[in-house]
Amino acid sequence: MGEFKVHRVRFFDYMPSAIRAMAFNSRTERLALSRADGALEVFNFADSYFQEKVIPGQDGRAVEALCWVRGRLFSAGLNGEITEYDLENLRPKYTMEAYGGPVWTICSNSQGTHLAIGCEDGTVKIFEVLEETIRFQRNLDRQKGRIISLSWHPSGALIAAGMMDMIKVFNAESGHATHRLLVERGVGASKSREVVVWSVAFLSDHTIISGDSAGKVQVWDGVTGTLVRTHLVTKWDVLALSDESSLLAGTSEGTVVQFQFISSTVDQHDKEWVRTRTFKNHTHDVRALAHTDTAVVSGGMDTQLVVRPLLEKVEKNTQESALRKIAFPHRSLVSCGKKAGMLLFQFHGHLELWRLGESDGHGKPGDSLPVKRKPEKLIQLKRKGDDHICCSALSPCGGWLAYSTISSVRLYRLQYNGSNISITKVAKLPKVLRSAHQLCFSSDSSKLFASTTHSSVIIIALSQSECKYLHTLRPKSGTRQPVHLMSASEDGKWLATANSDCEIHVYSLHKLKLHCTVPVYSSCPTAMAIHPTTSNLVMVHADQQIFEYSLVQKEYTEWSRKLQKQGLHHLWLARDTPITHLTFNPRNPAHIIMHDTYMFCIIDQNLICKTFQVRSLFGVKLQTMAYHMEHLLCVSLLEDHSLVVVERPLLDIASQLPAPVRQKKFAT
Amino acid sequence: MAALYEGYTLCGLVQAQNQSDSGIQGIESERDSDHVVVTDSTRSVTLYKVSDQKPLGSWTVKQGQTLTCSAVYNSHTKEYVAVSDNKVIRVWKEEDIILDKAFKATVSSDVWRVHSVPGGEPVVLFQRGAVRLLDSLLSAPQQPVEEVLAQEEAIRWSTTVIAEAAQFVIFQTEQKGDHFLYLQRPNLNAVQRYRLEREEPGLSPLSFSASYRDKHINLLYLYPNGHVYQSVVSVRGPGMEEEAQALPLPRNLLFALPVGEGLLGAASALALDEAHVAVVGVPHPSAGAGKDFLCIWNTNFQTLQAGKEMSGKIYGQLWSYSSKLFIPHGKSLSVIPYECPKSSLASALGKLRQARTEGEMRKIHTNNNTEIKRTAPVEEVQREVEGLLSRSDIQELQPSVGQLASSLVSRSVADPAFYTPGTLAQLVHTQCLCHSVCPDLLLLALERKDYFLCQLCLQLFPDVPEAVTCACLKTFIRCSEKLSIVVVDAQGAVLPTVFFQHGLEVLQTAYSDTFLLPHLKDLSSQQVILFLQYLQFLYLRYSQDTFTQTHGLRSPTLTQIMDWVCLLLDAHFTVLVMTPEAKGLLLNLHRFVKSQVRLFSELGKIEGSLEELQKIKVKKEVGQYSIEVIELF
Repeated sequence: MGEFKVHRVRFFDYMPSAIRAMAFNSRTERLALSRADGALEVFNFADSYFQEKVIPGQDGRAVEALCWVRGRLFSAGLNGEITEYDLENLRPKYTMEAYGGPVWTICSNSQGTHLAIGCEDGTVKIFEVLEETIRFQRNLDRQKGRIISLSWHPSGALIAAGMMDMIKVFNAESGHATHRLLVERGVGASKSREVVVWSVAFLSDHTIISGDSAGKVQVWDGVTGTLVRTHLVTKWDVLALSDESSLLAGTSEGTVVQFQFISSTVDQHDKEWVRTRTFKNHTHDVRALAHTDTAVVSGGMDTQLVVRPLLEKVEKNTQESALRKIAFPHRSLVSCGKKAGMLLFQFHGHLELWRLGESDGHGKPGDSLPVKRKPEKLIQLKRKGDDHICCSALSPCGGWLAYSTISSVRLYRLQYNGSNISITKVAKLPKVLRSAHQLCFSSDSSKLFASTTHSSVIIIALSQSECKYLHTLRPKSGTRQPVHLMSASEDGKWLATANSDCEIHVYSLHKLKLHCTVPVYSSCPTAMAIHPTTSNLVMVHADQQIFEYSLVQKEYTEWSRKLQKQGLHHLWLARDTPITHLTFNPRNPAHIIMHDTYMFCIIDQNLICKTFQVRSLFGVKLQTMAYHMEHLLCVSLLEDHSLVVVERPLLDIASQLPAPVRQKKFAT
Repeated sequence: MAALYEGYTLCGLVQAQNQSDSGIQGIESERDSDHVVVTDSTRSVTLYKVSDQKPLGSWTVKQGQTLTCSAVYNSHTKEYVAVSDNKVIRVWKEEDIILDKAFKATVSSDVWRVHSVPGGEPVVLFQRGAVRLLDSLLSAPQQPVEEVLAQEEAIRWSTTVIAEAAQFVIFQTEQKGDHFLYLQRPNLNAVQRYRLEREEPGLSPLSFSASYRDKHINLLYLYPNGHVYQSVVSVRGPGMEEEAQALPLPRNLLFALPVGEGLLGAASALALDEAHVAVVGVPHPSAGAGKDFLCIWNTNFQTLQAGKEMSGKIYGQLWSYSSKLFIPHGKSLSVIPYECPKSSLASALGKLRQARTEGEMRKIHTNNNTEIKRTAPVEEVQREVEGLLSRSDIQELQPSVGQLASSLVSRSVADPAFYTPGTLAQLVHTQCLCHSVCPDLLLLALERKDYFLCQLCLQLFPDVPEAVTCACLKTFIRCSEKLSIVVVDAQGAVLPTVFFQHGLEVLQTAYSDTFLLPHLKDLSSQQVILFLQYLQFLYLRYSQDTFTQTHGLRSPTLTQIMDWVCLLLDAHFTVLVMTPEAKGLLLNLHRFVKSQVRLFSELGKIEGSLEELQKIKVKKEVGQYSIEVIELF
């Protein structure tokens, strides 16, 4: 395929935010996760752990705890509010003041009828879950000292509350405290410090399990209120717990300790809680844990979501049994002005516009060329308002820039003459354009596409003098899900959108109407693009399958069918990060360039249907290894045929994290 | 006239269960004329430097696996190729220590042999007759392999020959008593197939050899009735049509070897050049029955040119590389250098004098002087030998040095008054001698208490048997018991200096545990204690760096010392436990071992970390931005 000039960009200082809380919905197999910046993410564990939805954060919103009630998602935070989220429009649905000071925890009963929250002022407040909202019902007896953690007994009649130095058991009906379990403080110097019961779990056999700041996991008899067993897990805090017949404790050292309810000897019938395994997948505090049927899910200060399968629950040596670390979002934060050689980086609080450097040298493969002109940061654009940026786009010509928050869309006109740049906000945007889930410019930069509610797309015509609302494209399926991928064809004829229902709609931009809907595949598309010459739509899904759909014939292409028949190489399918971007090589129309976090590759459509080759993956050529590229955020092709590779080494991210509680010592 | 020179032992044979098998599967030339790769019939491949009689490397497949084809050396890539369990091709380099970690590929059909000749590519011959170049086979190991041979047809012998820049694979097959010969060019896929004429009913060729001369491939094959035939095949022969009838292969009887009564069992004939054939396993015409000879025959004049009796059983195996014959017999594999000068009738009959080389002149000269060696006084012998040694380069002298030493030794043995220590030392110094050439030399030196010579022999002979090593050891210990000059070691133990000087060489000789152990058991407990004390003393001294290279002596390594301690304890442990004098010593050793174990376990702990350090590659400093050129294939 020949030589490429590659711009290797490592100046995108993307910094993911620490994981704060997690909640797993075992019915829908969705994991909700909140980060320190207030952002919420929903992962579909049934679909290759794909990050399905992202709700951007907001200044001042810190989510301390998350809770699913059936398909509804609630959060509570130190701002004293309870929030329910609109998962279709990716925004908070409503926010309710709890009037109890900062809220430390939120928890629903197993019936899903009530929510309990634990407040700084020592109250446990019970809310009734209604159809559209929640309603405050009553306070349980007010205690001295804050309520840090809560757990309902599965019957719904009792609630255990973790506090400072103690655990209280309440009767949920009467609201009176029935038991007080005193938690011992740490020894030595920490004797004088109050011990914080970071988490409690109330099991159906009335066992209460607690994790605290003195490093203990304790097992209590909830009927008598007596201590059964103490496990000293760490010198530091035990920060999180999750229950089942197996129980997890995360520590400040980055370890996750598993306990299981088993008989300690074979012939013994009495079961007890035995410490069984220790996982060390984090460098920093484990702040959030979830226990799925087959895996331990953990996250914390080091920003990575780790899924560690329990080997007795999964088949060994399968894709399911592999450890997964999800470090980067499953969508692009970089947009590339192909014609102008510009890059737009999206942070949650601002945007950066860069112009790539230049080199006039030539070299042989492996050479670094002298950089004649250094890359230059042209603009740093701070967002307005409290809401974080949810999407952004740069037009291919570099003349337009747009971003959206949940409350507004902003469009800017950029004028750059080689040395000076001017930026002008487009003042009057059509009223219909209030917020967008995805933004995208047409290849000739004459149109802006913005996806909004119910997967509809608003088309805005751009010109020097004005920008005008043209049309709204709507799918016929009646879906309510948001669009997470949008791609316009090079020739300006087509626009394809994909939503969380796994639907892919293609619109004709000439006729301004729906052209076709690709047959729905069970896995969510993670990247797609329309081929510039053949007008075939190439899609890659979360389960790594690749499809090609002819927009002219409205059917899967011959190649795609052959590929499905033949099956993809097992090494390809075993990859654990989704393809986040794909593009075509104008010099060879049969070449598709794809990338995920760890590699970029070229798929040769001519090769792929020949017999499997031993040395390459069915014609996929993995490129990254040879050039030590790692942790890719974007791989794109500029108009001058040079490649842009945006890297963000995880080591750089780790170096910006605060020091962990316990520094790793040499050789231990 | 062709000549066989004094041979030497390359290695011992590990006898397989069945006695008719030499235990050697194949010998192949390696990088140069002085290296060979020996594959035994079970699991291991050993690389030898022939002139040093020394193994340089050895590789073994796992227990339960078997090497089914002898390893060959690919001189292009400097790699070895072998096949285990018929289907697994293994490729490795000299620096690969563990064979199992090296490259392997499983092919779809059973492999008969891998052939490699310098200047040619390695070729794989499958049992069903298909031929593949190794490279193309490895690029797709599971490729289907066609069947060339008919049913019930099986390969009996194969080789490869380079002819006119083309490589030929030649193999002979048998099918229901009929014999066929195939010539195949792997690059062209062209096959020539010939039918061998039938010999007496029921006789199959015993051995084949092929060579390329004058645009033809010459085949030489031997039948059990002693008939040696030659067939000449043109390399430009007609390609075989599919299913075509095999052409009859014309042959001519080169000569009929005398076989005595009955038929030959294990025998082999090997063409050395156009006029000479080496034959093994055929009785010598003038020697009695029951003796096995290696002979060189001149085929032009049908004369026997040289003969050498081979002790022990002959297996009918014979290889020749760069003027050396390799022949397994009895319990060893011998290397016998030979020479086949251009023959004329006169030389064949031993009547050509003027054509002799200088070396031969000297040989005659020494032969003439045999009388001197038998009768002359010590001084004269010494002068004579000095003269001989000063005259020319040692390599050519090798056979005569052996002869000379043997005769001097046998004279000394016979005549107690005669002993020439200086001369013998001089001969040993030439490094042309080894123990198997002159087995009595070391024992003679011991007997005459010539410890200097003993030491020299131990140092320079690569093949001192364990029994002799042990005899030396015993003598050293015994004499040290008598002498009173002592050194005092760190613990205050008293050690005789005599032993101190000579013992070092004993520790450095090559040995095999199993053979040494029974001899060590002969030592008395007192001797064992003394020796152990000495070893402990050495170990303590040597483990402090300052003591290496004492008095300019070669010093044993710590591992060698430790191995001896272990062996000695193995041989005498029960006796030592019951000997009160040994108690302190044993306790000392135990304490010492314990501290060492602790040290090593500590070292073991950090090994992993240190290895990691090594793995850290110097990463190219990557800045925030760079423009690079990459090649996407």
